[in-house]
Amino acid sequence: MPDEVPHATEDRADDRADDRPDNQAEEVGLQRLRDAVFRPSRAQAVVGVLLAALGFAAIIQVRTNTTDNAFAGYREQDLVNVLSGLAGTSQRAQTEINQLEAARRQLEASRQAQRAALSAAQKQEQELGILAGLVPVTGPGIRVTVTEGPQHVDVDSVLDTIEELRSAGAEAMQVNGKVRLVAQSSVQSTPSGLEIDGTELTSPYVLDVIGDPHTLQGALSLIDGPISQFKDSGATVDVQQEKAIDITALHKPAS
Amino acid sequence: MIAALGLLVGVVLGLIFTPDVPAGLDPYLPIAVVAALDAVFGALRAYLEGIFDDKVFVVSFLSNVVIAASIVYLGDKLGVGGQLSTGVIVVLGIRIFSNVAQIRRYVFHA
Repeated sequence: MPDEVPHATEDRADDRADDRPDNQAEEVGLQRLRDAVFRPSRAQAVVGVLLAALGFAAIIQVRTNTTDNAFAGYREQDLVNVLSGLAGTSQRAQTEINQLEAARRQLEASRQAQRAALSAAQKQEQELGILAGLVPVTGPGIRVTVTEGPQHVDVDSVLDTIEELRSAGAEAMQVNGKVRLVAQSSVQSTPSGLEIDGTELTSPYVLDVIGDPHTLQGALSLIDGPISQFKDSGATVDVQQEKAIDITALHKPAS
Repeated sequence: MIAALGLLVGVVLGLIFTPDVPAGLDPYLPIAVVAALDAVFGALRAYLEGIFDDKVFVVSFLSNVVIAASIVYLGDKLGVGGQLSTGVIVVLGIRIFSNVAQIRRYVFHA
């Protein structure tokens, strides 16, 4: 502890106004301070060395305090407390991670299920669209060309043909590139030819069918089948197997 | 003049070298710095009163630092290091305040 302060002056540390040193002494003290600035001495050198040590240590301390991590000055017990706190925190975080991962797995599974359901629904929509004649179709099939003879083709023969083709697995049919044949299509006889779903058609009738070409052709060539019926009524029938048939006519649903 | 230069040199050296504090000394350095500050303010007051003696200053500076550090060391060994360093800081802070109050009277006449 510093001993520069003699006993007689120690009580000056208290802030008592009635115990102030007189002005004379104050002037002397300031004068000494001024002298010290301009007149170096051995004592000053010693003080300078110690002050240098103090400044050095203070700067190091400030540096370590600001740059080092916050734990450098901690004691053992504090560090143990901090460590156990961190361990608890990390355990809670780990639990949370596990929960979140489980939730993610659940969501992933349900997403896959949804995707499967969606693709199934899309496939079904496509199939139903083909059956309902709402979408254009391209695929292998046959092209049947019926050219009338002297008399018009019989409506029954046309219906038989359509039914036979459906039985043989025809997925989509169109007539003359204009009319899509669907489940509720109707065929009527008119003076000039046929009327299918309100569209008048004349010979030659070109029937585009998508399905397995061999099966379709076989269905048409049965004994007493559609081809022989047409031929009985004097028409000529030409069947061609095609690798790709475009069916572009669409059925307009009655809204 | 030399004293002020010494302080400046110390600060500059600290800024240039920025050595790492050894781990064993880490808890004692701040206490030692505050104790040394107390000695310096005491010396300044004594100088203004005309009773400054460099030998006394050197001894008080070193003993201040050593005693403050050893009190904290003892406290660490006894398991009350945190409380004891707080106590040392409080005592030294009070002494610094009273010394500065005295210095203020000499310098500002107030």
